[in-house]
Amino acid sequence: MLFGIHWDTSSDLAFAASILPILLRGMVITIEATVLGFFIALVLGLVLAVLKAAPTRIVSWPALVVTEFVRDTPLLVQLFFLYYVLPEYGIVLPAFLTGALALGVQYSAYTSEVYRAGLEAVNRGQHEAARALNLTTTRTFTHIVLPQAVPRVIPALGNYLVSIMKDVPVLSVVTVLEMLNVAKIIGDRTFNYMIPLSMVGGLYLILTILASAGVRYLDLKLPKIGIPLK
Amino acid sequence: MSEPIIKFDKVVKRFGSVTVLNELDFSVSPGEKVTIIGPSGSGKSTVLRILMTLESINDGVVWVDGEPLWHEERGGKLQAASEKHMHRMREKLGMVFQQFNLFPHMTVRRNLTEAPIRVLKLSKKEARERADRLLEMVGLQDQADKYPHQLSGGQQQRVGIARACAMRPRIMLFDEPTSALDPELVGEVLNVIRNLAEEHDLTMLLVTHEMQFARQISDRVCFFDRGRICEEGPPSELFSEPKEARTKEFLRAVVDPDSAKGEKQASAEG
Ligand SMILES: Nc1ncnc2c1ncn2[C@@H]1O[C@H](COP(=O)(O)OP(=O)(O)OP(=O)(O)O)[C@@H](O)[C@H]1O
Ligand SMILES: [Mg+2]
Repeated sequence: MLFGIHWDTSSDLAFAASILPILLRGMVITIEATVLGFFIALVLGLVLAVLKAAPTRIVSWPALVVTEFVRDTPLLVQLFFLYYVLPEYGIVLPAFLTGALALGVQYSAYTSEVYRAGLEAVNRGQHEAARALNLTTTRTFTHIVLPQAVPRVIPALGNYLVSIMKDVPVLSVVTVLEMLNVAKIIGDRTFNYMIPLSMVGGLYLILTILASAGVRYLDLKLPKIGIPLK
Repeated sequence: MSEPIIKFDKVVKRFGSVTVLNELDFSVSPGEKVTIIGPSGSGKSTVLRILMTLESINDGVVWVDGEPLWHEERGGKLQAASEKHMHRMREKLGMVFQQFNLFPHMTVRRNLTEAPIRVLKLSKKEARERADRLLEMVGLQDQADKYPHQLSGGQQQRVGIARACAMRPRIMLFDEPTSALDPELVGEVLNVIRNLAEEHDLTMLLVTHEMQFARQISDRVCFFDRGRICEEGPPSELFSEPKEARTKEFLRAVVDPDSAKGEKQASAEG
């Protein structure tokens, strides 16, 4: 029994059918962790990208160092760090939040590089025209450069969404009951790992295909030249 | 002659170890139409880009409308200008680019209203009316809701000109406005510039290779060579009787049959 749902071991088929609702509960956690982690990666990555592009080294260097550090250390190390070290400084977060945060921080290093490439791909003439029209730096960034950069980076960001989803099982080591962890617990208790694990594989496949299709749809829908405003 | 509206006073511009402008002295009177010609790399664009504050200077002073552009007077001394000062100075200038540089994610109308609303604080209605008038001026009143990529190069550049005009600058800078265009589209853009040149108060600085056009609209032509003005004078003199050997050589090299063709088309359309 898990989440108050019992399993039926009378036959393989009955077993699979009975644990599906349990795995789906895990899948909801997986999706939630993916979405939250991705959101953090999108926002933090943009902040890092902007900082890295700053004209003064005092601002750009720390951002570069943070990115490099995060990228060169394993996700598991960062996760353990957040989960075991932060509480020593009085910051106690639930396991789920800690996990999503670790995913977001890890992937912000990658998304910041994607943003940076996208921002740099915007023609220098766009900055110059904005300047000649006396638009402020902020306005130029938010309304001229960013809308042109975003459509270019969507496919690359989408790939990271799928990657994050596939990294969610790492959170099981800090007790998050995501899909794989749920499957493992079922296996531990029924001594049948084969069926729950295969089902996790299948469910992951479906999720990945759906997410990829969503990203591709978005990419086709957005005009290549930029997101028109209003 | 009245006080110059633009004055370069011993301006030096370097890119790394390359000196592009070498103690340049250059001035323009209010309302004057000046064409800058010269070989590639002679610093023509650099002069316009410095005026538009797209490029800083290494030495000397640039005066615009009686005030230093890149400096501020503080305590009786000239010091590097603040962004606020440059923002105020930029209001006097508008620029038309060789590559148009329209905002591709905005409609034509939005290209023309964005800065007037944000910078000049016009109401949406006022900005829209101004945009529509300008589009009519450049003959594109039907294209307001299109995106730049849906227009021809000549139409895009006319939008570029209208967009610069929407800020009502006193000085207009044109950096080779027709160089990126197919020959058959040059005429329509030159016509728009020609009409602008008829505005008495507008000061115009034009870099171009269209010699015939320069001859028609300019009060003065400056021949740039290696970051200095090698020769200048009214177009009738400079084109017909150049004095300097470098000018003669340059003019001989650029006399191309295309400019005459562009002209014929321009007058046929206009
Ligand atoms: N950002 C830059 N970095 C380095 N060198 C530059 C830069 N911009 C211009 N230059 C150099 O400065 C010199 C003058 O350039 P400028 O663009 O003013 O020439 P130009 O007279 O406009 O030439 P063209 O007719 O080719 O447009 C050239 O030698 C050019 O290579
Ligand atoms: Mg040039």
